[in-house]
Amino acid sequence: MTRPAAFLGCRLLDPESGRDEIGGLLVRDGRIADLGPHLRAEGLAEDVETIDATGLCLAPGLVDMRVRLGEPGAEHRERIDSAVAAAAAGGVTSLAALPDTSPPLDDPAMLEFVARRARKLKSVKVHPYACLTRGGEGRQLAEMGLLREAGAVAFTDGGRAVADARVMMRALAYATAFDALVVQHPEEPALAAGGAMNAGPVATRLGLPGIPPCAEVIVIERDLRLVEATGARYHLGCISTAASVDVVRRAKARGLPVSCGVTPHHLLLTEAEVEGYRTYAKVSPPLRTEEDRAALIEGLADGTIDVVASDHTPQDQDSKRVPFAQAAFGVVGLETLLAAVLELWHDGRIGLPALLATLTSKPAALLGLEAGRLAIGAPADLLLFDPGARWTVTEAGLRSLAKNTAFEGREFRGRTVRTLVDGRAVFIREEPGPG
Amino acid sequence: MTAARSPHRHLLGIASLGREEIEALLEAADGFVELNRRSDKKLALLRGLTQINLFFESSTRTRTSFELAGKRLGADVVNMSVGVSAIKKGETLIDTAMTLNAMHPDILVVRHHDSGAVALLARHVRCAVINAGDGTHEHPTQALLDALTIRRRRGRIAGLLVAICGDIAHSRVARSNILLLTRLGARVRLVAPPTLLPAGMDRQYGVETFHDMRAGLEGADIVMMLRLQSERMQGSFVPSLREYFHFFGLTWEKLAAARPDALIMHPGPMNRGVEIDGVVADDIDRSAILDQVEMGVAVRMACLDFLTRDLRAAAA
Repeated sequence: MTRPAAFLGCRLLDPESGRDEIGGLLVRDGRIADLGPHLRAEGLAEDVETIDATGLCLAPGLVDMRVRLGEPGAEHRERIDSAVAAAAAGGVTSLAALPDTSPPLDDPAMLEFVARRARKLKSVKVHPYACLTRGGEGRQLAEMGLLREAGAVAFTDGGRAVADARVMMRALAYATAFDALVVQHPEEPALAAGGAMNAGPVATRLGLPGIPPCAEVIVIERDLRLVEATGARYHLGCISTAASVDVVRRAKARGLPVSCGVTPHHLLLTEAEVEGYRTYAKVSPPLRTEEDRAALIEGLADGTIDVVASDHTPQDQDSKRVPFAQAAFGVVGLETLLAAVLELWHDGRIGLPALLATLTSKPAALLGLEAGRLAIGAPADLLLFDPGARWTVTEAGLRSLAKNTAFEGREFRGRTVRTLVDGRAVFIREEPGPG
Repeated sequence: MTAARSPHRHLLGIASLGREEIEALLEAADGFVELNRRSDKKLALLRGLTQINLFFESSTRTRTSFELAGKRLGADVVNMSVGVSAIKKGETLIDTAMTLNAMHPDILVVRHHDSGAVALLARHVRCAVINAGDGTHEHPTQALLDALTIRRRRGRIAGLLVAICGDIAHSRVARSNILLLTRLGARVRLVAPPTLLPAGMDRQYGVETFHDMRAGLEGADIVMMLRLQSERMQGSFVPSLREYFHFFGLTWEKLAAARPDALIMHPGPMNRGVEIDGVVADDIDRSAILDQVEMGVAVRMACLDFLTRDLRAAAA
């Protein structure tokens, strides 16, 4: 049993309760035993290890709803251990692993394989999704009930949209029996086929096949009708267009059980990144325009967008050092998630508690996890971070096996100092200062 | 020969060329046209230099044109066709670049089916690279030879009304020509069915767009036809060949809307009876199609000359 530990003098941030005050937090037996401004070094039991966290922020560990682990099938790009190390360094204490692996996670045994491999590492908590349809092929329902019993946190076909309306309607209807969350990748495949980037003037000039923005909102609008008909809990993995924000906002106003996510790269970058055929800017959904980016930030600020997720997608060099149209989609993001999102706070766009809610309490609530809050009795899944620490993203500095970051060379403010899972430190930064 | 120096080690697209550079290239190419008409066509400008024509996409005319251009300037020219087989064997573009780089060529002429592929390759070799067409992005030497053709037939480019007609969406020739012609002061119109004309090109490039041939050709000085790939005509972008020819094929009747002396151009190879009526293409008074082929060799000689000047100066 690890010693009890107390973090003292830090800014306690609990998005759920709205707590934002200087104080201390006591961890005992893997759970939060006490917290608040009354906690000081004096008055603590003798066996308590004290950690001076003056000037730092203490928040619930991040809950990343979209991560590709590389296992099974792509161990040369990422392994569970490297992904978990990257997550811990990024302040992530719970992650939901997407099932579009090879083979896909559409079978209870596969799901248990991933969960067991992750558990053995005794680090970040890994919650696998299961496929919504068999093989993620969008034709027949996966064994949702059995998969749920095997620990599936929610159901999705990952980066593939369920295109067939009948299959989607039945999947949504069936999911209501378990109150399961269904996660869609909203992209009409026929409109997106062959596309490499956002359709528009940049694609025209570069001579690259485009994915029209309407390919996204078409699927959302259709699915919302199905959600209305079935009552299923429906989540959009990551949206990228202003039109999508608008449609989701109106659906929420009508009271539909819909939620949605966005990635840090869609919040910070636009299609201009593709200039020079930079394959590290090739993501799905594609980076869009400045107007779309502004609408996404607005949607995050007003609560239309519930969560930010990294959509961590490891790719090796051979998948990226090719002509743009041939390159694979995706970027790694576990280690830049916090810092990238903090940019919106530094720029005065969104307050810190509200921003952290999109990374902690809100995704935890959507996935039904006991995580994402600072409260007595809650698991001590914690993130201690220096909100102003400046650092520059470099490939060499990433713990991920794959180095395909969209933020190479970018300077961020805000960095993880220590990450705890059930009270155990799973990451301690060696050089806590700047750099 | 002008003394102008190209600041570019590569020629990857018209987008990175200024008006003065374009004019210097055209001026130099003009001189090579006369040379090419003599019986002794050989110069020693590029003697000792190695040029590799690396074609990932089959092309007889462009490759031959570059081969002749190199040989007439005295370079050692090697043709390499990278068919599907090498790619199937798993060799990547960068592998190919590294392999060729180890053979110390001085100039690589590259055609590839993917936009941006030539620029990617250029970053991994230590020699001059000429883009001979990359995907649907750019085909700079085609635009230069078209400009030289127009200049020699009309004496100028500025102020002319040029109608570019056909599959704009998938045409690298169209993109390079739009950039070059607008940069030299021509007025450009794009004429195509909506499925083959990306939305917003009018504002983006400062051109006019039309979906009707007669309206688009009205008063045009130059009518530039584009090749339509047959796989795009089977109902995916336009309903049928005959419908396309009916509305967008260049016939005498549609050409009547243009100026009486309007010049007809086509980058070849032509689909007779699809985008152009054979009798129009063959009218020697109106068609500049064979001039274009002739200008192609001269323009490519000028490009080879410009790109190797620093290299030759360093060696001298």
